[in-house]
Amino acid sequence: MKCRRCREPAIIELRRHNAGFCRDCFVRHCREQVRRAIDEFSMMQPGEHVLVAVSGGKDSLGLWHLLRELGYDADGLYVGLGIGDYSESSASYARAFAHEHGAQLLEIDLVDTYGFDIPEGSLAARRVPCSACGLSKRHVFNEAAMTHGYDVLATGHNLDDEAAVLFGNVLRWQTEYLGRQHPVLPAAPGFVRKVKPLIRLGERELAAYCVVHGIDYIVEECPMAEGNRHLGYKEALNAIEERSPGTKAAFVSTFLERVHSRFVDEATGVRDDLRPCTTCGSPTPPSAAGVCAFCRIRARATGATIPVTAS
Amino acid sequence: MKVVLRNPKRELDVPAPPNVGQLLRDLDVVPESVLVIRNDTLATHDERLSESDVVEIRPVVSGGTA
Repeated sequence: MKCRRCREPAIIELRRHNAGFCRDCFVRHCREQVRRAIDEFSMMQPGEHVLVAVSGGKDSLGLWHLLRELGYDADGLYVGLGIGDYSESSASYARAFAHEHGAQLLEIDLVDTYGFDIPEGSLAARRVPCSACGLSKRHVFNEAAMTHGYDVLATGHNLDDEAAVLFGNVLRWQTEYLGRQHPVLPAAPGFVRKVKPLIRLGERELAAYCVVHGIDYIVEECPMAEGNRHLGYKEALNAIEERSPGTKAAFVSTFLERVHSRFVDEATGVRDDLRPCTTCGSPTPPSAAGVCAFCRIRARATGATIPVTAS
Repeated sequence: MKVVLRNPKRELDVPAPPNVGQLLRDLDVVPESVLVIRNDTLATHDERLSESDVVEIRPVVSGGTA
């Protein structure tokens, strides 16, 4: 197979683009896709201080590398989730990347800072682990970005992640979530701007990007994610993609172009009603009796009492 | 040839098929869900294989999105 651009031998085939790419053209392709996503959705401006949520996996390390290559002032944030050897191993990949590239990595340990880990939080809150983990990470990422004065928080959600989330939201017609599913969540009182610059790249491209740059990342899957719903959605979507290349990209891009705006009001209404959590000050819905979901998990996991106000 | 699989990491010894694409079909692996790394370099599906090759089939699908 030849590179579509320069006719040198290809190292990767991307059926979605009906093309193969050599190493250099593939790297250029990845940079162009991230640049296009940033520009198309006005994600960030040159000179802004960016915090990249880093897990030690291919997506977040690839994103950190790409943003730095594109000239952004990007630091990393690693959150220790307390998932045994997996967390220790993933932290070592994040630290190694920061060391090798002379980048700044902030670290926050859930146990040291908040008194509980994800297995405990999940059990105490009777939530599936990925739900407790996602909720906790969103809270800690936002709090850290606000506290340290970053302009924007960038996460490594890629095209496959967004397609799987969209698939799940459509299957259950979760219209509020559909209104919120967008590559940019603008800043609001209590919220830093959140962006997803990898929306135009699939996870196979991110893994390949890391391999060609010699970026070591944790290949093992989180032990707590086994059997999670999104993995099932990805499997289904990949089976469809195999028969019809380009389906995932069309699914997500068409949603953003033609459908998302129809549900924005539902998400906006919820965001407008938020009030400060009585425990931590983070925005929280009035239905939560004054205490945000993260503080409720923390209280259940640590046995702490929390002040609850009438809604 | 030697095939390295992940999650959990393990190795298989298999007769070399004609190319990478055939190897994935033989192992019933969806190409969209993996990278194929032959002798430490990415390999496209039409690349020919030989008995002396070491090929890693590395999954790229990660979960936990919440």
